[in-house]
Amino acid sequence: MSWETVIGLEVHVQLATRSKLFSGTSTEFGAEPNTQANIYDLALPGTLPVLNGEALRMAVRFGLAIDAEIGTRSVFDRKNYFYPDLPKGYQVSQLHYPIVGRGSLTITLEDGEDKVVGVTRAHMEEDAGKSLHEDFHGMSGIDLNRAGTPLLEIVSEPDLRNAREAVAYLKKLHSIIRYLDISDGNMAQGSMRCDANVSIRRAGDTELGTRTEIKNINSFRFVEKAINYEVLRQREILEDGGRIVQETRLYDADLDETRSMRSKEVANDYRYFPEPDLLPVVIDDAYVESVRASLPELPDQKRERFAAEFGLGAYDAGVLVSSREMAEYFEQVVSICGDAKLSANWVTVELLGLLNRNNWEFDESPISASRLGTLIARIKDNTISGKIAKTVFEAMVEDADEVDTIIDRKGLKQVTDSSEIEKLVDEVIATNPDQVQQFRDGKEQVFGFLVGQCMRLSKGKANPGQVNKVLKEKLK
Amino acid sequence: MLANTIAELARSLRKGEISSVELTRAYLDRIGQLNNELNAFITICEDQALAQAGAADQRLADGDPSPVCGIPLAHKDIFCTRDITTTCGSKMLANFVSPYDATVVERFNAAGAVTLGKTNMDEFAMGSSNETSYFGPVKNPWDPARVPGGSSGGSAAAVAADLCAMATGTDTGGSIRQPAAFCGITGFKPSYGRISRWGMIAFASSLDQAGPLSKSAEDAAIMMNVMAGLDPRDSTSVDLDVPDYTAELDNSLQGLRIGLPRQHFAEGLNADVEQQVRDALAEYEKLGATLVDIDLPNNHLSVSSYYVVAPAEASANLSRYDGVRYGYRCDNPADLEDMYKRTRSEGFGDEVKRRILVGTYALSAGFYEAYYRKAQQIRRLVRQDFLDAFKEVDVIAGPTSPHVAFKLGAKSDPVAMYLEDIYTIAVNLAGLPGVSIPAGMSNGLPVGMHLVAGDFQEARLLNVAHQFQQHTDWHTRRPALQSGEG
Repeated sequence: MSWETVIGLEVHVQLATRSKLFSGTSTEFGAEPNTQANIYDLALPGTLPVLNGEALRMAVRFGLAIDAEIGTRSVFDRKNYFYPDLPKGYQVSQLHYPIVGRGSLTITLEDGEDKVVGVTRAHMEEDAGKSLHEDFHGMSGIDLNRAGTPLLEIVSEPDLRNAREAVAYLKKLHSIIRYLDISDGNMAQGSMRCDANVSIRRAGDTELGTRTEIKNINSFRFVEKAINYEVLRQREILEDGGRIVQETRLYDADLDETRSMRSKEVANDYRYFPEPDLLPVVIDDAYVESVRASLPELPDQKRERFAAEFGLGAYDAGVLVSSREMAEYFEQVVSICGDAKLSANWVTVELLGLLNRNNWEFDESPISASRLGTLIARIKDNTISGKIAKTVFEAMVEDADEVDTIIDRKGLKQVTDSSEIEKLVDEVIATNPDQVQQFRDGKEQVFGFLVGQCMRLSKGKANPGQVNKVLKEKLK
Repeated sequence: MLANTIAELARSLRKGEISSVELTRAYLDRIGQLNNELNAFITICEDQALAQAGAADQRLADGDPSPVCGIPLAHKDIFCTRDITTTCGSKMLANFVSPYDATVVERFNAAGAVTLGKTNMDEFAMGSSNETSYFGPVKNPWDPARVPGGSSGGSAAAVAADLCAMATGTDTGGSIRQPAAFCGITGFKPSYGRISRWGMIAFASSLDQAGPLSKSAEDAAIMMNVMAGLDPRDSTSVDLDVPDYTAELDNSLQGLRIGLPRQHFAEGLNADVEQQVRDALAEYEKLGATLVDIDLPNNHLSVSSYYVVAPAEASANLSRYDGVRYGYRCDNPADLEDMYKRTRSEGFGDEVKRRILVGTYALSAGFYEAYYRKAQQIRRLVRQDFLDAFKEVDVIAGPTSPHVAFKLGAKSDPVAMYLEDIYTIAVNLAGLPGVSIPAGMSNGLPVGMHLVAGDFQEARLLNVAHQFQQHTDWHTRRPALQSGEG
């Protein structure tokens, strides 16, 4: 029996403002508990919120980046519930009039096709604090450093059809917010958090099935695993003739399973109503246009430009622009060596491989863009061969010296002196009379063997083009 | 001397007839004599007051021009004050000391005024008689068997009994104007947004507004000059130029059109109160004003609308009192839920709980449309009534309350108590400025006249009130209190 999966994601992105959404307190991560909570964050009587203009700007940047309608009049609401790490007893959020309305973004599927995924809305809200249940001997500790940190909640349409699409969407979102410089998107630290709404239906059905909401997924890998687990769980229930209960489920990464949250934790009437301490946020065209003018080149635009300007294929261009850091690194490499295709190969294969093996970010790379650019330039100007370049590349990981210094010191410079090469060729002809005879008898494949012998004799340093040329002449 | 206006006291201070320290001591003495009976103050801060007075005397000697420099005042206990408890009339905050000053407090401190103490009030400003205070009811200085009105009852009684020269209050549905009427003083509620709410403990955020309680309209203008103005810490405070509110006090009322809402002179209004107010209005005619009957057709809906909007906002505003971070916490909570339940059951009084329940209900799923949204629609209609009326008239006048101060315990039915504010509530819903001024006496008790003007027409309103007081002496009447000044 064939099933179709329907997924929508709710993603909370912590906006990288210096201060909180409604107070001037610092948002820096990792401070001592409760040292970054002022009288408003603590909800002392008489305190009032003042909207952080930078958070608003960041939200509008995001809206413009996904080509969304921008709410010219957006309204904050109070979402009421009691919890010790929610000091006011309500969270200030946006219900009916979010700052960002309908938009979309494009993901690339595994078959190379593009798919447009709808974004329903994105709204600003404040984060809660943290409850700490360990180390307090039967009590709970409250840390309000995070309370009031600005979040952008981005809600997708139920347009995603499998876990890999969901991950592709999340990665695209991650890429966009990093390009926009509005969040570090660090899922492990919680600055990007994902809830997944998952349902399945029989292929061909138009009605949506009953969905569950999976919370607490804190890595790209877990998004895929949690959804796959949940799809399988729902399928088994339905195929056994059961019914899906609409509920919130928690993903447990250790056990790789989702489990139902107690209904008490979720059955809440939030009693939303407009926040009377804040006026509606009214923004005009001039504001929107000023934000638009400040937008950087975004991944899709960059991909098109890389294809057009550098003649790169869609796949290579797509990989290069997937992170802003990689794209910038790549462009710097090209600007030094002048060869985009070679640069693309070196960045996406050698460099990315190195970074992934070591779990390094681009800014942690031991090989800077300028050194990699120089290395490729040395291939281009025949100082070294592509094969030797890989040896140099390996050396560069440990050795911070200039590329040319390393090549010199290791004696890896290509032999281009024609008398040297003639000597090599003469020696190979002399020591391989059988093969030389075979070639002269018309067995042309042997030529490659003879070239290989020359290269081996030179320890790879001979210029292969020159070896070819000289060998051909001498065998005539 | 203690009955003098701010303007008079400011002159005496500058002439050297009295020092601020002497004046402060005199008020503190009088508070010592009368507060046990009146219960107008929750906290008296003698040491701080004398220290402030000493500093004020130095400033006066240096030629400080502020009219409130050295003048003793009382703050309603809803304004946060650093180093002095701020209880909001509740057990919940009986031990709460704010680490910061409210903007209103900050401004009076900066101007050199002397804080005598914090005045009693209905718990969280919820009440019209001051009987809901955790610290016991305030007595009306005109008759201790009667209420002073509420919720700013302590401030009104303190001004009326000359326990201070001036006092601050807040008005969400009439909480400055109604006690001012009951105590025979001037109570002024500015337009919403005119005075910062920063540091003023919230009851209903979209309605709450601070204002002065004083011995005259001129004093209210002097206080407004200190209190009014944009505050970047309050997003709802208004970025409008603040005029000198004393500048237009002497303007002529010739040609002034005063609207009398038929709905405010209708059934339920005490006949003698009506007569007193009509006699007062006749004074205005002598000053060249004309009286015009007008309609506020949706006025009868305002109390119902208010008692949805205000409790709804209050239900959220009071959620922070959960026993976690400050204020009252129940003994030995068994778990989190037990702590929430008992802290709030034990920490809040009945009226506060009633309003939290009403507000929570009005906002709940399935009822929001029928209650909260409907109430907001009515609110717009109520405001439109005023805007329409102000096309025909300059100010609107009527009684502040349907009757004079009632006896303690006389209104045990909550709805009867809610109807106390039937003439004042619509002004809060509409966000307009309003003032109550003494306009007569009925059986030995003060009668208040209510005047309302258009958005941010505070200066005009004070001018109209002041001109009445230039030609009448109701505002100078004082209750005969046993301890007296001797």
